[in-house]
Amino acid sequence: MDLPSDSRTAVAPAPAVATARDERRRARRSRRYRWDVRFSPYALIAPFFLFFVAFGLFPLLYTGWASLHRVELGAPTDMEWVGLRNFSRLLDDDFFWNALRNTFTIGLISTVPQLLMALGLAHLLNYRLRGSMFFRVAILTPYATSVAAATLVFVLMFSRTDHGLINWGLGLVGIDAVDWQNGDWTAQLAVSAIVIWRWTGYNALIYLAAMQAIPHDLYESAALDGASRWQQFLHVTVPSLRPTILFTCVVSTIGATQLFGEPLLFSQGASPTGGSDHQFQTLGLYLYEQGWFNQHLGRASAIAWTMFLILVLIGLLNWAVGRWIRKSA
Amino acid sequence: MRHSRSRRTHDRTRYRTRTPRTAVVLAAVAALAGGALTGCAEDSDDPGTGGSSGGGGGGGKGKTTLTIGVFGAFGLQEAGLYAEYERLHPDIDIKQNSVQRNENYWPALLTHLSSGSGLSDIQAVEVGNVAELTGGHADKLVDLGKTPGVDKSAYLGWKWKQGTAEGGRTIALGTDIGPTGICYRKDLFKKAGLPTDREAVGRLWAGDWDKYLRAGERFKAKAPEGTAFVDGATGVMAAVHASGTQKFYDADGKLVYKDSPAVKEGWDLAARFAEAGLTAKLQQFQPSWDQAFANGSFATVTCPPWMLGYIKDKAGADAKDQWDVAAAPKPGNWGGSFLTVPEAGEHKEEAAKLAAWLTAPKQQAKLFDERASFPSASAAYDLPAVKDAKNPYFGGAPVGRIFSRAAEGVPVQPIGPKDGIISQYLADTGMLGVDQKGTSPDKAWGRAVKTIDNALDQ
Repeated sequence: MDLPSDSRTAVAPAPAVATARDERRRARRSRRYRWDVRFSPYALIAPFFLFFVAFGLFPLLYTGWASLHRVELGAPTDMEWVGLRNFSRLLDDDFFWNALRNTFTIGLISTVPQLLMALGLAHLLNYRLRGSMFFRVAILTPYATSVAAATLVFVLMFSRTDHGLINWGLGLVGIDAVDWQNGDWTAQLAVSAIVIWRWTGYNALIYLAAMQAIPHDLYESAALDGASRWQQFLHVTVPSLRPTILFTCVVSTIGATQLFGEPLLFSQGASPTGGSDHQFQTLGLYLYEQGWFNQHLGRASAIAWTMFLILVLIGLLNWAVGRWIRKSA
Repeated sequence: MRHSRSRRTHDRTRYRTRTPRTAVVLAAVAALAGGALTGCAEDSDDPGTGGSSGGGGGGGKGKTTLTIGVFGAFGLQEAGLYAEYERLHPDIDIKQNSVQRNENYWPALLTHLSSGSGLSDIQAVEVGNVAELTGGHADKLVDLGKTPGVDKSAYLGWKWKQGTAEGGRTIALGTDIGPTGICYRKDLFKKAGLPTDREAVGRLWAGDWDKYLRAGERFKAKAPEGTAFVDGATGVMAAVHASGTQKFYDADGKLVYKDSPAVKEGWDLAARFAEAGLTAKLQQFQPSWDQAFANGSFATVTCPPWMLGYIKDKAGADAKDQWDVAAAPKPGNWGGSFLTVPEAGEHKEEAAKLAAWLTAPKQQAKLFDERASFPSASAAYDLPAVKDAKNPYFGGAPVGRIFSRAAEGVPVQPIGPKDGIISQYLADTGMLGVDQKGTSPDKAWGRAVKTIDNALDQ
């Protein structure tokens, strides 16, 4: 770096002062340019990280800290160290296990049908059909609806009396009215129905996007080999979609683990117990009940961190499955 | 003296417009932070310079804006009390911040109180939460008992006591109360062969909840198809709980809900109502409950004065003169609120004056007249607005007299910090199961106790 500038001053020694100033200016400018290139990107992405630190990382760490204390909502600054007691008491907390079980079953009966239906819908939408844009927008509308509005409608549909739409329909085919909210399984089915309704279209669009990236030749050659539509779907579409399917599985699992709004509103906001027998109380709802209803922030924090650890576990599992799929493919 | 903060920041940023843009941004941030940090007191040196900088013809002298935080449709604004106070005090502006549900309002208020920020000048508190304030947060609230114009003897003794902390600091002034009566449908009573006159109906069960059950059995024997005697078992339970001299806590503040006689009586009676099929199996304040009012599918409901308007709304014009109100077997209190003034507020003195005015007997009588919120100031009961009040929807029932009598019969009942939680769990994870699912009362009791113990255990 120093060498060429030295040689130039040697060639023209007369305006040495000016050149030296020039030199300095140029050096400054190039330094500024280098800094600009090197640091500007950091400045540009900084807002996200600052926000993440303020609203993501700090709450996460603070929740972890709070989970090791006895903290009450009435006096959040008054913290008493209890070590891992908030976690250990979860082990024999029936309500926690009940909520975990409910989260799992509701997650299962909502995610599996939802993804299968989304796959089917995407396949249908992938055909050449008139007004396809309309249908694509239409299947996304449930996703754009607010949980509150949707759930209120579903509550009316799943009403206990004969006035409820679903019981009325059942009555037409001679089945007695079902007390949806009070039955263990019926309540979970009803909550799942809301989730399925809301998220199927969203997943279908993701599948559709991935399907359209599949080269058309594959279908043509499959058709030449005499494969039916169904066989094409099974042997061309699904294998090509594997990474996408894995992605939607992960996203849906995370969503199911954090399920909160639907069960809360399904009891019409009466209380966060998820029914008189806690029959549809999810982990998210139990966390909310402990923190904001029973006012035990420390215990709620412990539940929040347990949920976080469960999600980390799911993430690891998914990573392992993903690797296994790549290897086998 | 009372230059608003926003105007000050405005002046300051404009002063810097000639400096480069980044400096303006920094100045704006600094001015905002400065404006937020400096209190009103420090503004007093401003008027001299403020005049010369010419604020662009702002509205003359500044006003003090008092904010009032309430939950639900509290009624003070709707009854025109804010407007009246502003007329009486031209230098005061009143702004109300309303949160729809107390379940959302209360936790936020608690956190704001302990951090000393985000508070309104006046904060309303529901009766179910007031014991938590007098128990653990009295030092964060202004002692309103010492405010000029507040007269302890004007209030019902038990209501005054509820807002008073151990050291004798009255931190919450009572607004309304909810002495209970029984609202009943005359047409259904007639079809079932029961008396319909409100005095006779009151005599049917006077003094004893068991008689209420027996009236229900008589009703059921001849009741029209598809109608029940009461709305739901949880409502009966709550009414019995409210009418005892001891509920969940004893006078020393010890938790006694498992052995309290009133709790046991309420539980057993409500379970008998459910098992005898006298209930419409409804949960109160749910859409299906509203619908049942419209369809006339139950005959009686425990009703404090504030519920009369609710019934009128839901039952509609068709049911006019079908509903009437009689005395409850034993009166209790259901609902009611308080006003508090946080110590962290900027305008404590003005806020205390406003709170005292809003809860004075005359204003309470007006609130009753406009919004059917029943006065907690017994001095208001002799005012014509209360004494002569009749409800045209309820067959011209003299509601002022009926509920005054009930209010004076409400027992002095200790309330504790977790009253709200306990009563909600007893209903939602206990009696509701007995009523709606047919769970055995013993099993439901065990479940409710387990939920409550888990909730109260820190």
